[in-house]
Amino acid sequence: MGLMDKHAIIEKNATLLLVGSLLVVTVGGIVEIAPLFYLDNTIEKVEGMRPYSPLELVGRNIYMREGCFLCHSQMIRPFRDEVERYGHYSLAAESMYDHPFQWGSKRTGPDLARVGDRYSNAWHVAHLTDPRSVVPESIMPSYRFLKDTPIDVKDFSTHLIANRRVAVPYTDDMIAHANADLAAQADPNADTSGLEARYPKAKIGDFDGNPQQVTEMDALLAYLQMLGTLVDFKNYDEAAGYR
Amino acid sequence: MKFGIEIVLLSVFAFAALVAAGFGVDEPFRRHMWVLFFAVAGFTAILLRNTEFKPAAPIDPSAHMDGPIRYGAIATVFWGVVGMLVGVVIALQLAYPDLNIQPWFNFGRLRPLHTSGVVFAFGGNALLCTSLYVVQRTCRARLFGGDLAWFVFWGYQLFIVMAATGYLLGITEGREYAEPEWYVDVWLTIVWVAYLILFLGTIFKRKEPHIYVANWFYLSFIVTIAMLHVVNNLSMPVSFLGSKSYSAFSGVQDALTQWWYGHNAVGFFLTAGFLGMMYYFVPKQANRPVYSYRLSIVHFWAIIFLYIWAGPHHLHYTALPDWAQTLGMAFSIMLWMPSWGGMINGLMTLSGAWDKLRTDPIIRMMVMAVAFYGMSTFEGPIMAIRAVNSLSHYTDWTIGHVHSGALGWVGMISFGAIYYMVPKLWNRHRLYSLRLVTWHFWLATLGIVVYASVMWVSGIMQGLMWREYDQQGFLVYSFAETVAAMHPYYVMRAIGGAMYLSGALIMAWNITMTILGHQREEEPMPSPVAIRPARSGAR
Repeated sequence: MGLMDKHAIIEKNATLLLVGSLLVVTVGGIVEIAPLFYLDNTIEKVEGMRPYSPLELVGRNIYMREGCFLCHSQMIRPFRDEVERYGHYSLAAESMYDHPFQWGSKRTGPDLARVGDRYSNAWHVAHLTDPRSVVPESIMPSYRFLKDTPIDVKDFSTHLIANRRVAVPYTDDMIAHANADLAAQADPNADTSGLEARYPKAKIGDFDGNPQQVTEMDALLAYLQMLGTLVDFKNYDEAAGYR
Repeated sequence: MKFGIEIVLLSVFAFAALVAAGFGVDEPFRRHMWVLFFAVAGFTAILLRNTEFKPAAPIDPSAHMDGPIRYGAIATVFWGVVGMLVGVVIALQLAYPDLNIQPWFNFGRLRPLHTSGVVFAFGGNALLCTSLYVVQRTCRARLFGGDLAWFVFWGYQLFIVMAATGYLLGITEGREYAEPEWYVDVWLTIVWVAYLILFLGTIFKRKEPHIYVANWFYLSFIVTIAMLHVVNNLSMPVSFLGSKSYSAFSGVQDALTQWWYGHNAVGFFLTAGFLGMMYYFVPKQANRPVYSYRLSIVHFWAIIFLYIWAGPHHLHYTALPDWAQTLGMAFSIMLWMPSWGGMINGLMTLSGAWDKLRTDPIIRMMVMAVAFYGMSTFEGPIMAIRAVNSLSHYTDWTIGHVHSGALGWVGMISFGAIYYMVPKLWNRHRLYSLRLVTWHFWLATLGIVVYASVMWVSGIMQGLMWREYDQQGFLVYSFAETVAAMHPYYVMRAIGGAMYLSGALIMAWNITMTILGHQREEEPMPSPVAIRPARSGAR
């Protein structure tokens, strides 16, 4: 009973109890989380990943604001049925610029990790406006208001700067052109050569069928249509990426 | 009370909110600051109206400070009803999607309102008021720090109001159970540190040499939640006058940090804290000592050490490295043992008093809580096994598991504690009605059984449908077909939730009438105490 007697010391000293329990609860986190920042093989090396374009980032923020992640995952697991249903399993590198991650934990609706290029813009607009008009079984709410809401952004470069502070590699050039790129991506008549050089494979054009203004629907579609399209899996080496 | 300094500080706070409402850089932030302004200014007005210039009555330093606990008990019942009501609403939205009202009352905005409402508002207030009740009685000391307890109570309510209104306005960090944006997180940190000082200060003042076991659990819950909250919410605001911030971590690292937080919000908020509740209120209500002192020591240290490691089981088969997933799985399975240590200690405390299950509906409620704790801490490790998780993850099975823990364990033990505390806090001879407690017990229990079993069926069914192949090697079901198959289960789940909610409404009525000083004329419970004429006529 020696050990139990010694425990009485902790039971009589609040400071010891506090420090003791704090030490005990820190161990797990240190062992599991800290190495992820240092081990090189946590994130595989792939070609094609780039930071989000300004319009995509606005769209991603709308995706978070509406809580899309509560019903749609963005993480395809390496199972036959998931790979056949959704595409190549998700790589760690594909969310390396995601602050925060949006992997989700529930599939009330299907996974969206590779939804980009799967449906037309018109389909997405119809689906977000009245989901059951295109998918009768759907239980998704309507997001009709996105089409009528112009994006609420005064100076979007501040968002890129905040991202750079948490280590997303936005260049000075990207930050300087943030507002221009934002407008150009949803404008079919704009000169988008600079935008395309800065953000390869960005989807460009009027997304929501209303070229008069840049709406939240434009931004959300710019994001959805690029999801999972950046990495070219023809060039991806499974063996080298295996961890 | 004159509330002089309080009124000045609150006025400054309200003015700052007004300035932020004027100069905010985005529309949701400006709206949110208007909410803050009206909340703080309204509170200031109430204080002004209650100012009295009579000299305050001297405070007896040996008496318990029960004011904030009374408020906390009322807040627990109130937020419980609100959070469960929102739960029933979103359950109905899944069954009947036309009930979504865009943009503010869409499922995606109401769901965090439900989870935060029940976890942080209902559960948080239950922990806050019971911990302050227990620490004073087991330490034989008045709460430390004068009016600090009032700051903690009202500060926490402000956090709840800001978090809840933020979700409806679309202000979110986009991570489950950690949705409030950076400025609300900063406020919670301040309140939480004050709570730690309040709790620890009271322990330091104690007149008992030993710190009672319930207080170990409460203390570890407060400290660990502080650590988890601060680390997980590290983020970079776009502007100090704007609602948006970007998480400090990205992708894989962000995912594991979030689930390290998320799983231990379950482990420490919903488990360790409520075990503290169990260790005080079960022995009190049963009038029996805790079953095993040694077991409580072993399972306390084991549970707080092991729980922290279990987070990665939320990320099986994802892009998280395998070694971390394996660690998470192994520790989740080990966690089964200390969890059942707590269950055994709680249940066996009733040895020699099992007859009370027949006569005392409050004890019945507490025993059912501990039984559900045992059930869900057995189900959890099973679901943490990768092979099982490959089926259960992303489905309703997870939702069912969470609810058997939250409704069964957290809800029931809190109800039991509230039923125990309220008559004592308001100096009532007994509750308004014990018969109504029985009604609450059965509605809640049947509601959970309906809820959990329906979710097992729908979750396992959907998981199997997703992976079903025909003989030619094609997937049998489109995703939309699996959604359609969920409809009957979503209806039944809403019914189970509504039963649980109606039980909570009965409790709200019972507690209100008790506080108002009424006693329902009813047939007494079949208790040997009630039969004896000498006892029942004594008061």
